[in-house]
Order: sequence, then C-alpha cells, then structure tokens
Amino acid sequence: MSTPKATDLGGRALDFVMGIVEAPINGFERLMGRKRMPYLFLAPNLILFGIFTFLPIAIAVGYAFTGGTGLFVSERPFVGFDNFRQLLQCEDYFRPGSCRESLFWTAVWNTLWFVGFNVTATLLVALVTALILNRAMAARGFFRAMFFYPVLLSPVVIGLIWKWFLDRNGLLNAFLQMLGVPPEIFLLEVGWSRFFVVVVSVWFHMGFYTLILLAGLQAIPKDLYEAAAIDAASPRRTLLRITLPLLGPNLLVVLILLMIRSVQIFDEAWVLTNGGGPGTANSFIVQYIYQMAFGSDLRLFGLASAASVLMGLVLLALTLIQLRLGRKMES
Amino acid sequence: MGNLKLTSVTKSFGALTVLHDIDLTIDNGKFVVFVGPSGCGKSTLLRIIAGLEDISAGGIEIGGRDVVQLSPAERKIAMVFQSYALYPHMSVRKNLAFGLENLKFKRSEIDTRIAEAARMLAIEPYLERKPRQLSGGQRQRVAIGRAIVRNPDIFLFDEPLSNLDAALRVQTRAEITRLHRQLRTTMIYVTHDQVEAMTMADEIVVLNGGRIEQVGTPLELFDNPRNLFVAGFLGSPRMNMLKGKVTAVGEAAAVIDVGYGVPLKARIDPAAAKVGQAVLVGIRPAHFAIGDSEGLPFVVQYHESLGTETYVYGTLEGRDEQIIVHQAGHFAPERGALLRIMPLPGRVHVFDPDSGLALPRTIEQRSAAHEHA
Amino acid sequence: MSQGLSPIAFLTRTRRPGRIGVTDILSWAWLILGTLAVLIPVVWAGLSSFKPAAEITRFPPTLLPRVAVQQTVPGFDAPLSLWTVDVDGQRREMAMVRRIGLKAQMVDPSNPGPPVSVDVKTISPVQRLTIATENYTDPLTRFDFLTFLQNSVFVTFVATLLTLVVNALAAFALSKYRFRGEKAIFVLIISTLMIPLTVVMVPAYLVVVGVGLVDSLWGIIIPTVASPTGVFLLRQYMLTIPDELIEAARVDAASEFRIFWRIVLPLTAPALAVLAIFSVLWRWNDFLWPLIVLSSRENFTLQVGLNAFQGEFSVQWNYILAMTFLSLAPVTVVFLFLQKYITTGIAGTGMK
Repeated sequence: MSTPKATDLGGRALDFVMGIVEAPINGFERLMGRKRMPYLFLAPNLILFGIFTFLPIAIAVGYAFTGGTGLFVSERPFVGFDNFRQLLQCEDYFRPGSCRESLFWTAVWNTLWFVGFNVTATLLVALVTALILNRAMAARGFFRAMFFYPVLLSPVVIGLIWKWFLDRNGLLNAFLQMLGVPPEIFLLEVGWSRFFVVVVSVWFHMGFYTLILLAGLQAIPKDLYEAAAIDAASPRRTLLRITLPLLGPNLLVVLILLMIRSVQIFDEAWVLTNGGGPGTANSFIVQYIYQMAFGSDLRLFGLASAASVLMGLVLLALTLIQLRLGRKMES
Repeated sequence: MGNLKLTSVTKSFGALTVLHDIDLTIDNGKFVVFVGPSGCGKSTLLRIIAGLEDISAGGIEIGGRDVVQLSPAERKIAMVFQSYALYPHMSVRKNLAFGLENLKFKRSEIDTRIAEAARMLAIEPYLERKPRQLSGGQRQRVAIGRAIVRNPDIFLFDEPLSNLDAALRVQTRAEITRLHRQLRTTMIYVTHDQVEAMTMADEIVVLNGGRIEQVGTPLELFDNPRNLFVAGFLGSPRMNMLKGKVTAVGEAAAVIDVGYGVPLKARIDPAAAKVGQAVLVGIRPAHFAIGDSEGLPFVVQYHESLGTETYVYGTLEGRDEQIIVHQAGHFAPERGALLRIMPLPGRVHVFDPDSGLALPRTIEQRSAAHEHA
Repeated sequence: MSQGLSPIAFLTRTRRPGRIGVTDILSWAWLILGTLAVLIPVVWAGLSSFKPAAEITRFPPTLLPRVAVQQTVPGFDAPLSLWTVDVDGQRREMAMVRRIGLKAQMVDPSNPGPPVSVDVKTISPVQRLTIATENYTDPLTRFDFLTFLQNSVFVTFVATLLTLVVNALAAFALSKYRFRGEKAIFVLIISTLMIPLTVVMVPAYLVVVGVGLVDSLWGIIIPTVASPTGVFLLRQYMLTIPDELIEAARVDAASEFRIFWRIVLPLTAPALAVLAIFSVLWRWNDFLWPLIVLSSRENFTLQVGLNAFQGEFSVQWNYILAMTFLSLAPVTVVFLFLQKYITTGIAGTGMK
C-alpha cells in the first residue's frame, strides 16, 4: 500500500492527464450528442480490427490466386487456380514424393500424424489428471497450479528447455546411462524426434485442458454421486455411467479445440527440431506456409496463401462443429 | 424555478407505447407523488423528466424552459435511485462531491455544500466511509445528500424506500417530508405504495397503463375517486363494490337499490343519472355502520383484530363477493353471525359499470375543508 | 472451490479411516510423477544455466553447478586437479599427477614428495559449488540480449496498456449503450476469435508492410491491441455494473467519457487485472508474429532473439540456457503470485 499522500499525488497526475484527454472527447459529445458516443468508443477497436484482421482475411483469398514474388497485389499477376493445382497435384497422396509440391504433402502427413497422436495423448493425460484432481485431494490447488505452469511459458523457452534435456549430454541420456543404455541423440533420429515433439506438446498444453475438464467435472451436481452411492454403484460404474456421460459435451469441445490447435503446431516444434528436422521429419503445415512466404528468399506468397486458405477451411469446419456443440451444450 | 409542464408526452419502445399523451402541470414547491401498479409507466415518466429517457413526442418544460433536448445535468434536476446508485468505489464525501466537481464548482464551495448536507442528514460521521460500510438507511440518506448538494430545481425520487425494512421506511418517509418542508423545492416521488402516496403527497398523480387516471390531493382522490381504478387502488383495504340499480333521482340525491329492500342514498348529480340505470356502488370498509335491525344482511366469515381496530370479512347473504367492514376498537363477531350493515350517509360512491367513471356528485366536497388539516 | 466439497468425497468416506485404497496410491503416484515430469526439465535447465562453459558439456553431468578444484603444486608446470583419497585409512586431499590404467599417481599438494599410486576406484574429485554468473552477464553485455530484453519489456508494457484501454472502451460501448448495429458489431468482433493468426499471417504481413510498420516494434504492438477475448471478458464484467450507477453519474453532470474513466473503469478493475495478466503473458511469449515482422537484430524481442541466438551459437548452451531462464523468470514470478487469478480466469473464460 502506498501512502495516502502518494495516491493523492498519483490521482492528481491522472486527473491532469485525463483532463487533457477528456477535452476533445467531451467536445465530440457536445457536438454529436450522447447517443453517438458508443460509436466513438468503439472506433479504435473497430479500426484496428478492420485493418489487421478483416482486411487480411479479405486479401488472403485474393492472394491465393496470384503468382510471382511481388508483395502488393498490384505487382502480382493473376494465375487462377495455379497455386491450388500446384499444391494438390499428386500421383499418390500417400507418397509425398510423388506429388508436385512434395514438401506440402510431407507437411500435411506429418501434421495429420501429429494431430492424431497429440490429441489422443493430451486428452487421455488431461482427463486422467482432471479425474484425479476432482477427488477429494489434499493439495489439489498445488497440483493444478503445477500442471498449469508450462502453459504460461513461451514456446521458445519450452523448445530450448527440452532440447537441452534431450541433448547428447543431457539429463535423459545421463539417466539412461545409469541404466546401462547407450546414449542417443534423440532429436537427430526420425522416430524419437517425432515422439518427443508429441511429448513436449502434451507437456506444454495438458494443464490447460486439465483445467477445463476439471471445471466441467466440478459442475456435475453432487447429488448425482450421492444417489449413485445410495444405489451402491461401484466407483468404476459411477465413472462410466455418471461422470463420463455428463462430461461428454465438455470432452467433445475440448477434443475439437485440441484439434484446432494441434493443426497449427509450429512454435515449440520449430525451436525443438531446429526448423523441422531431422530432414523434414517434423515439418508441419504452418512451417510450410512460413517457409514459402518468409523463409530464406522464396517469397512465394501466392503458394503460401493457397496453403493458408486450405488450412483455414479445415479450421473453419472444426470451429463450426465446435460452435454447434457449444450451442447444444447451452440448451 | 421548479415548476414542470408536460404536454402530450408520449413514449414508445418500438411498437409498444408505454406512455400515452401525458399532460401534467406541477407547481413550484409541490411534493407530487406518482403512484400506480407496476408497469403503469410511472418510473418511465420520472426518467423522462430526468432526461434519462427520450420522449417519442410531446414537450417538457422546467421553469418555463424547454428541456427536451437538454441532458439531465442541464435540466437542474437531481435524482434518488431505487438502488441508491452510490458509487461503490468512492467514499461518501466523494460521492457527494462528484456531481459538483463535474460542474466545475470551487473546492471551497463543494466543501461548504457537503458540510451543510451532511449536517442536515446527520451523515457527518460516515463521510470518509465507503457505501458498503453503511447500513441501508445510511445509504439512503447519502443518496438524498447527493441530490441535496446539487441544489436542484426539482428532486426526483424513484421508489427510494422500497429497499428499506418497514420501521425504517416509516422513519425515512417522515424525514423526506421534513426535508421538503425545509427546502420548499419541487419534489416528484414515484412509488407503488399508496400509504407513501397518501402520507407524503401534496398532490397525487395516479397512473395506469401509461395514462393518468386522476390528479389531486390525497383526500380528493380518497373522497372523490374519478373512476373505478382510482377508487380501488387508493384505500386499504380496498373499496367494497355492490351491483345496483338507480330507482329514483332526486334534487340532492339518487336512490339506488342493491337488493335486500334496502335503498341507498347517493349524492349524485341528477343530470347524470337515469332511473333504471345499472350502477356499481362503492363503499369503503370504514364507511359502514353496524346496526341491529336495519341495513344489508352481512354474514361473517372471519375477522382480523388489530386491537385498536377490527376488519370483519364476510359476504352479503346469498352472494359471493367478499365484503370488508371496518370497526374501531375490538370487535369479535362469531363465524356465521348475521350482522346488519349500513353505509354512512354521503359516503356512497356510484360508478358507471361500462365506462368505470364515477357519476358526478352534487354537494360541496367535504375534503375541501380538510385539505390543510 | 472448497476441497471438502469434492463430488467423490463419499468414496473416501465409506472407507474405514486410515485405510488407503489402491486408487489413492495410483492417484498420488500419477500426480507425483506428473509433478516431477513438469519440474525436472525446467529445474535441470535452470541448474545447468549456472554451470561454466567447460562444465556444461561434461558427461555424465553433475546435478549442481560445480567445477573441479585445481591447484598449482610446486614442481609441476600445469595446475593439478585435487582428489579425495583414502591413504592408510585416512581421508586426504591430494593432487593427481597422472593416471595410468586403473592406478593414479597422487602427490600431497602442500608437501609434494614422490607420487603415491592409488586405485582410481577409491578416489573422487574435489569440487566446489560455483555459479557462473558470466552466463548471464556476458549475453547482456557482450551480445544483444539487453536490447532484446528492453524491446520485450517495451512491447509487453505498451501493448498491455493499449489493450486495456482500447478493449475497455469497446466493452463499455457494447455493455452500457443501446444503439443501432450494437449486436452486429459484437458478433463481428467475437467472430474474429475464429480466425487464427496462422491462417492470415501472409496478408497480415502485407498490411503491416503497407502501413509502414514492418521491422518496427509498433508493428508487433498495434496489430495485437484489439482483442476479441479482451472485449468479451470486459463486456461480460461490465454488464454486472448496475445501469443506475451510469444514470446517477449522468444526473451528476458527468460526460460519457468521464463516466467511463471515473465510474466504469474503477469498477471493472478485477476483470482488467485478469486481462492485464493475460496480455502480459501473450506479448512476452509471442513468437511467430514477431518472427515474421521483425528483421533487424536491434528490434528483436527476447523470444525471437533467443531463437536466433540458439541457431548461431548452438554449442554455447551455458549462454542459451541462461537467457532462457531470463525469459522464463518474469512469467514464473507472475504465476507464483497470481496463480489463483490465472487459473480461475482461464476456467471461467476458456481462453489462453
């Protein structure tokens, strides 16, 4: 607490500043009337949204139909569906090497595998943790905070911490050596690096989903459990017949949210794997878009935009499903 | 100057019209109460006067000045809200000062006014407290204080006592009345509580369904309700209603038959009544005399004795409508007992059942003599 | 959330007191293992960040940042390392002259006589706990990390301040006024929640170039200021402020803007605090957008700088880890103090 004198001084300074800010705004009110004030208050927000969100959406689609390396639409020739054709032309979609844009398809398949494993693992870990935390636990607050902590860290920090943990001279190898297992350079081995990208992602995000599921669990009316106890239901049956069905809608929303975010994997994987390595084993769609547009000097904005549009459509579909589920949950 | 003139004020929310063509003049210094059932438009009318709501049509003048386009502050009004609406993050002193600061008053003037209002309302000990540290009654007084320091032309009160308990309500009622006598400023007070209306008002405006039903002093409205609505709304318990028929029309009174061979005399204008006309007869519970042999046959169902007075509930023999009879003192009739009740002379109200309007009366209003009693 | 009110409390209640079931053991095992899994990589990186460059690559590693103690011994040119040795049942510190197979030649450092030969299995190095503060000072002074740090602090502070003001103004308009288009504008703002940066990053970059903010800190501040989450959070909170307060202020001759900053803003403080915490975390941790927008080194934020640094100095883990910790420390401190706010805020709004 600051002394009354200090707050008074701060208050007066604030009053002075606001007095200056206020003058033109009050002038506007006198001129235009009270009824128009909400438009003024909304203006900064809407202008920023307009310029940095709606305008980009509007030009994103247009961009996808242009070619060349120019930045502004005026410098870019219209190429129709060429970019999409380039992305989608493939002899066999299951063999990225046979595709015209093999990098894209490598990224697509990497992303799909990642989404599959990451969604399953995160959901399982978060659900088990939430169920355990939902029991009468002495230190629930502590554990909830503990699991949540990584959520707040930056992806770069997480990438670096894990990179060091998995280093040739890192703690994991030291531990394995104690068990007599020869050291391994995990991040330079395709299978291990993919495995650890999932591990790191689960480690990073599970606290967030645990929190949401825990909130859902605690919203289940207590008397249902008491009724089940009176009906002599076993804990197993209580879990399968009461908890999970009632958590169902929540689980679905978490599942979709998890999918939406997993599709967009980039930051922590980029740092952890030194840009998708080894080779292209951990190259994902967002990384593909980033590299086409901004990586080295490619500046293939058209191709990147076309890929963005394709990914945006997938995300939009997922979001609409989520919204529909959300509405169903409310009713 | 705090006189108010509303001309044809109409307010609609989309297709819904909540106020129809309100005409009303309020003289400077009067204590006027807007009363009516919930949803009658009384609060909306107050908010329109305050400038918190726009009107759809019509005119508003305060002190002879057209204020339709003016903001609440420019209208020189102050308002006490139902929830008090004290700024929770400011001390009592800051709450009182806020309006004056906005109007760019000098610090010394602000301090003087706050001191004066605080003394008048006995809230000096709480000036540095936050509203949540005050009791309901104290908050109420701060809310009034916030209005007083503004020194407005008109005070507006929006059901200010509805959040207080019964004892505090009686006390605060008296305080507001005292304040009005002291300040002699126009006050407009909205309530749904007819006791507040009757005890506080110089003038009552009865509203119903977005229309003014009647304007007058409390006793005028009590003695001379213009229609069935006003008759039923004011007075507790409500007025008893009997179906009847005019059997004779005389110079000073008409005779009405309500059955049982008991003719009732009502002082109504002979020009307004016709023999054979169906009417509704209204008699307030307190305006019955209980006799032994003469009067309407009244079968007692039960009674409520309050010690100093008694309400007897029952029906007229063979009928279903409940009749309430008031008696001074303690009175305990048996259930099922048959009493004879007779309306007091000059206390019979007669209404046209179709229009609901009262038939005009002939003689001098008794209330006129009591107005300043 | 009271712990006593857990829905499954009855499960434990039906048991005899003092008896611990299999479920309890498994639960605790899960939680403790989970806690270790969270802590170990972080703590390990933290401990490593204090190790000197020479020590950090030692394998197998030591847990604490320690260095082998060396001492100059008369008669030897190079300093010799000190070891603890058992000689005649007595523990002594001796300097190692050389090592041959399983035997080591040791001398007394203070009184070097002829070397004694001992079994290497019986000796252990003498180490001192040392904290290599140069891991932290060098990047800040010799490399550009002080600049990165300043940039990050500037971006976080300014963006958070603007985020609060701009979104609170919009939320005020959307919660306390009835006006034409109100609903449409609200839906429009909320719908932007559905558009992730990853989808629009190419055209968003074009816009930033177009308005001349590319490679500038303002280019990462301004586009992030208008936040649909922020508008939503603040609006929901402002809806709980009684309208009568606003009307009382209007009767009290306050202008609309004065109502905003004298009445509504102070009463929205709890929601503003939550948004401020989130904004600080978002801006401090931002990576992809700054990576796209910023190109010159003097404009890098800590995250972008860290990423660039680890690419350039991939072997200097002591520096990388120290700077990682520098970036992680404020977040950790914020979390330690505001843990409750953050977790309830997220559970309440489902955002992050």
